[in-house]
Amino acid sequence: MDDMFTDAFERLLGQIAAPAAVRAVDGGASAEAMWDGIEESGFLDALVPEAAVGAGLTLAQAFPLLFAAGRHVLPVPFGQTMLARAWLDAAGVASPPGPIAIAGFGVKRQDGAWLARDVSFGRTSRWVLASTDTDCVLLPVASAQAQHGDVPGGLGATLCWPARPGEAMDVAMPSAEGAAGLAELDAVCHAVLIAGAADRVLAMTLDYAGQRTQFGKHIGRFQAVQNQISIMAEHTWAARMAAQLACSSAGWLPRPLGAALGKSRCAEAAPVIADIGHAVHGAMGITNEFDLQLYTRRLREWRLAAGSESYWAGVVGEALLRDTRHGALSFIRSQFSMEQA
Amino acid sequence: MIDMLELTRLPDEDEALRDAIREFLRETVDTLPPDVRARSWMGFDAGFSRELARRGWLGLTLPVEFGGAGKGPFARFVLSEELLGAGAPVSAHWIADRQSGPLILKYGTQDQKRFYLPRICRAEAFFCIGMSEPDSGSDLASIRTRAVRTGTGWTLNGSKIWTTNAHRSHYMIALVRTSGESADRHKGLSQVIVDLSLPGLTVRPIRDIAGDAHFSEVFFDNVVLPPDALIGIEGDGWNQVNAELAFERSGPERVYSSIVLLEGWLAHCRAQGQAGQQYAAPLGRIVTWLAVLRAMSISVTAKLARGESPAIEATLVKDLGTEVEQMIPRVLGDILGASPDVPVSASLRRTLAYLEQMAPSFSLRGGTREILRGIIARGLGLR
Repeated sequence: MDDMFTDAFERLLGQIAAPAAVRAVDGGASAEAMWDGIEESGFLDALVPEAAVGAGLTLAQAFPLLFAAGRHVLPVPFGQTMLARAWLDAAGVASPPGPIAIAGFGVKRQDGAWLARDVSFGRTSRWVLASTDTDCVLLPVASAQAQHGDVPGGLGATLCWPARPGEAMDVAMPSAEGAAGLAELDAVCHAVLIAGAADRVLAMTLDYAGQRTQFGKHIGRFQAVQNQISIMAEHTWAARMAAQLACSSAGWLPRPLGAALGKSRCAEAAPVIADIGHAVHGAMGITNEFDLQLYTRRLREWRLAAGSESYWAGVVGEALLRDTRHGALSFIRSQFSMEQA
Repeated sequence: MIDMLELTRLPDEDEALRDAIREFLRETVDTLPPDVRARSWMGFDAGFSRELARRGWLGLTLPVEFGGAGKGPFARFVLSEELLGAGAPVSAHWIADRQSGPLILKYGTQDQKRFYLPRICRAEAFFCIGMSEPDSGSDLASIRTRAVRTGTGWTLNGSKIWTTNAHRSHYMIALVRTSGESADRHKGLSQVIVDLSLPGLTVRPIRDIAGDAHFSEVFFDNVVLPPDALIGIEGDGWNQVNAELAFERSGPERVYSSIVLLEGWLAHCRAQGQAGQQYAAPLGRIVTWLAVLRAMSISVTAKLARGESPAIEATLVKDLGTEVEQMIPRVLGDILGASPDVPVSASLRRTLAYLEQMAPSFSLRGGTREILRGIIARGLGLR
């Protein structure tokens, strides 16, 4: 991935997703202007093949973009839309404009109604790409009865369509048997978002520890505080590596177990990092006014979204129990080495 | 700030080593009981080390002119991963191969290289590292063992403790004071190579809680060292020791110390058929930790291969690596005891018991957890 490309995206996010703008969206304001800036930038077609007028990047090459979205806690589904567009292109469906959330655990039929529960970014999306029993479907959010606000400031929404909406588009499953499905796509996005937000929380915590003075010295000079921040740094580095592993793919589609590993390890790191961030910031971090909460709240939200650490650890563990050709270490080598570019 | 760790792929030419090593281990190591294999790089077998040497697997990264294979750090990663993953008894040559050889190559005179390196590659020179002293553990700069220059060389007095393999090695590379006093801290420290067969030297093995004697106390009573005992620059020992640490702290031996137990438990779960599925999540959790640490360790290896000295990144890998090494026996102890009606084989129980006893040492050896976190904090700019 070209650094200039990433830098341009970082600059864009600095302009359109400054903490005040994120705070406004969290508070219920529209994210449309923010989205328009991203749509115009052209980054959303990064994973679409060049033949279909995309940039034809691999997921590994797109990692820095997804990571940047996490660092800025971008409150719109940038990575999901990027992956959904590649998915739709592979299925021969033209992508509509607007943000697309992914309902990886599917849409359920209930008494004729269609129900997608706890869709991450459901509140700031125009579309939801969801798996059904057999295939997938692209559903318009506007025609759903949306229930959000379960979690204050959260971006999730439970969406219910009384009947199949007219604008719904059927999408054939483009990936082969055993390849990543929508659950894995959503998992990868959230893994990298966590890694990016963690990076920002660590940076804020280091800043604060270097400024706040107690007992006549910066609190970062105290061993007990240094010990905490070192643990935080270790988990931040581990989360970033896990997110890179999740994105390690020679194509746009993640490797399914890589996605599972990435989400599990990042989700496990998320509360550790959030908790230490708060421990160091003291009461200041608990205030609504201070920006730390924009990042730590998202760390906790994204940990649960698209499956928590135990869910995906279970997926990894089941695969290992099943694959009797391998012991644990040879399984790790065969499944979690960097993909050949 | 600490450097980003980039995901790195092991080069194909180094991966190609794996099959031959695996084949050899199948015949020599896989048949050993798991609680013996669990000793891994604490397991001492000079004959096994010589067999590896015969196959060209010692001194992999040392130049061909000194008897090595002239390969890079990635090759050594692959070899180490196979040896440790199988639980091979590599202790005899481990320190010479990992640390002493590269140190002598970097700081040694041509004569020192010609003398020691071929012997290391032939498994004829086993090394230990003399760091801690009775009153100097984590506070290493306070050491008091002293080498005094004489007209014909050096006279060494003092003692070392917790020295792994001192009683069964040929040489020690000791960090000693050659000038100044304890209060001078890092200044005035030097590294010397001590022939452990010299008169005036006493080695007393210390038995550990698992019943093994892998470390020792060493006493120097007017030990006469030749002038070329000094390795590197007089007074620069502290910097030399720290340069070694990137090699010592980032390797697979800081991640895989409990791997034999994990493999044994995996087999135990599989043998339970459907009932074994209930352990999928804790099993998967350990796997995610190991896989991420492996990727981090390979990434640090890539920095070494580029000639960098990623000391802080290596420290981070070691602290997190020893955490999973300690997590495995802790978690499995609970799980195995949670189903009293499922019989656990004696060998799996012995493997667990060994690792439960020894796991605390994983975050002591090679720098304690508390010291490492201080180093990480310094890397983050906090001190």
